[in-house]
Amino acid sequence: MTSIGTGYDLSNSVFSPDGRNFQVEYAVKAVENGGTAIGIRCKDGVVLAAEKIVTSKLLKPGANKKIATVDRHVGIVSAGLVPDGRHFVSRARDEASSWRGVYKGPIPTSALANRLGSYVQAYTLYSSVRPFGITAILGGWDSEAEAPVDGQVGNGPDSGAGGKIQGAKAGGPGLWMIEPSGLYWGYYGAATGKGRQAAKAELEKLNLSSGELSLVDAVKEAARIIYVAHEDSKDKEFELEMTWISSLDGPTKGKHEEVPKDLLEEAEKAAKKALEGEVEEEEGTKASATEDQQMEE
Amino acid sequence: MEHFPEAWGRPRNDIYGPYDHSYLQTTGPKAHTQSPAVTGTSVIGVKFNGGVAIASDNLASYGSLARFTDVKRLRVFGDSAIVGFGGDVSDMQHIDRLLNSIDIRENYSSDGNLLNAKNLHTYLSKVFYKRRSEFNPLWNHILVAGFDGDGKPFLSSADLLGTTFSAPHLATGFGAHLAIPILRRLFPEDTPLENISKEQAVEALRECIKVLWYRDARSLDKFSIATVTKDGIEVKEDEKVEAQSWAFAETIRGYGAQVN
Repeated sequence: MTSIGTGYDLSNSVFSPDGRNFQVEYAVKAVENGGTAIGIRCKDGVVLAAEKIVTSKLLKPGANKKIATVDRHVGIVSAGLVPDGRHFVSRARDEASSWRGVYKGPIPTSALANRLGSYVQAYTLYSSVRPFGITAILGGWDSEAEAPVDGQVGNGPDSGAGGKIQGAKAGGPGLWMIEPSGLYWGYYGAATGKGRQAAKAELEKLNLSSGELSLVDAVKEAARIIYVAHEDSKDKEFELEMTWISSLDGPTKGKHEEVPKDLLEEAEKAAKKALEGEVEEEEGTKASATEDQQMEE
Repeated sequence: MEHFPEAWGRPRNDIYGPYDHSYLQTTGPKAHTQSPAVTGTSVIGVKFNGGVAIASDNLASYGSLARFTDVKRLRVFGDSAIVGFGGDVSDMQHIDRLLNSIDIRENYSSDGNLLNAKNLHTYLSKVFYKRRSEFNPLWNHILVAGFDGDGKPFLSSADLLGTTFSAPHLATGFGAHLAIPILRRLFPEDTPLENISKEQAVEALRECIKVLWYRDARSLDKFSIATVTKDGIEVKEDEKVEAQSWAFAETIRGYGAQVN
């Protein structure tokens, strides 16, 4: 960052002469130090996973969750400054609830991503605020069934179309990533935080756009990817946290829930095993590799 | 015999003098919310060994008109509580939204401590009491069925004044007059819960719904029936009163347009 010290990095809402907002770029730096978080979108659901670094042995295991439920069908995981993430989730909950207040139904995942994107972007425009120090991954399932309006009492006419389009395809999985600039895109697989490079490389191998990966397999892959991404900060202990949202006929019935303990443990065990296998394979070449590194230094 | 129906039930002019219409209020605050518009009536509930059964018909009346005939007046909350609504249907919808938003907020934390039926009943009775204290009551009488904190079957009622009442069998609306005596006869007060099976409870409710359909003019032969047990909630919303026999009606005298 050659432009540091030129003065353009001190205030939000001020461009540098070459058209950059340095405050936003520094916010991205904060994200890059956070624990890895990933999301996988498959045909029958979405998986969110997070690496929670254990910062103190005095903390209660399993407490202080990193993945939050926003509405019945939506969850958010973020990497970066934890309090910023909490505030972001709180805003997301308000948006989801106000959507229900107006439209009497659940907010579509895409609409929530849009609103949160706008919210984050607003924090890049004013000198009185700093951008969010998080990148958030938002996963959700939009109901494929005709959702009853909350408070609905009857069913309407038994015969005729009743103004409805017959056989229209509706709903499905949604996975979105929102960055400190307010940029948001929809993904098949998303990764952020410290181990994002390794995680992205693994996600790409899964060939998610083909729609062949099942939700349960995605859970196992997610666990493995978090373990792979953790390799670079091996000295620190971590907890694996995973949630999922399935289709209405799947295991969570369209709800965002924690992955059940037995499945989580199974996935974690498989992840460790896969990793050990890799290490053994590489064992032979490893010794010479470290020597090379030392030579360079 | 007074031959003008509009005069029936009124003070007789020949005794009390003509009615003074200036007593009829034409000014003053609007009070739409202080009387119900579209209403449901009976909800009946029975506790049995290991759970609670609850039933209501699918009718919403507009005055004496049977206006809506596919109304679901039993509402499921979470995975172990049911709320049955009598009274104003729009207020029921309002409460349903309240319950929905509570359910969503409850699931923000995943510690598994979800609201049980008893918590729900306490909450709703306080909502009712607050609203009646503002002279803006929610015009409902509800039954809450499910489990209490100790996992025992729970059945309790709350009404538009915030009054609460619990019993092994409960009913709202006309059911309180017609169904309760039947239930008390079937399951006397000192019957231990262990002696009442789920099938017996459900059968009793079906019988009560049938009697209500025979004798309550604001009732319907289409009804919903639900049970809450440890295995979960079972709701049937498209039931019909079976084996109807109106023979008894022939013997009724003293109502309507009969000549003899």
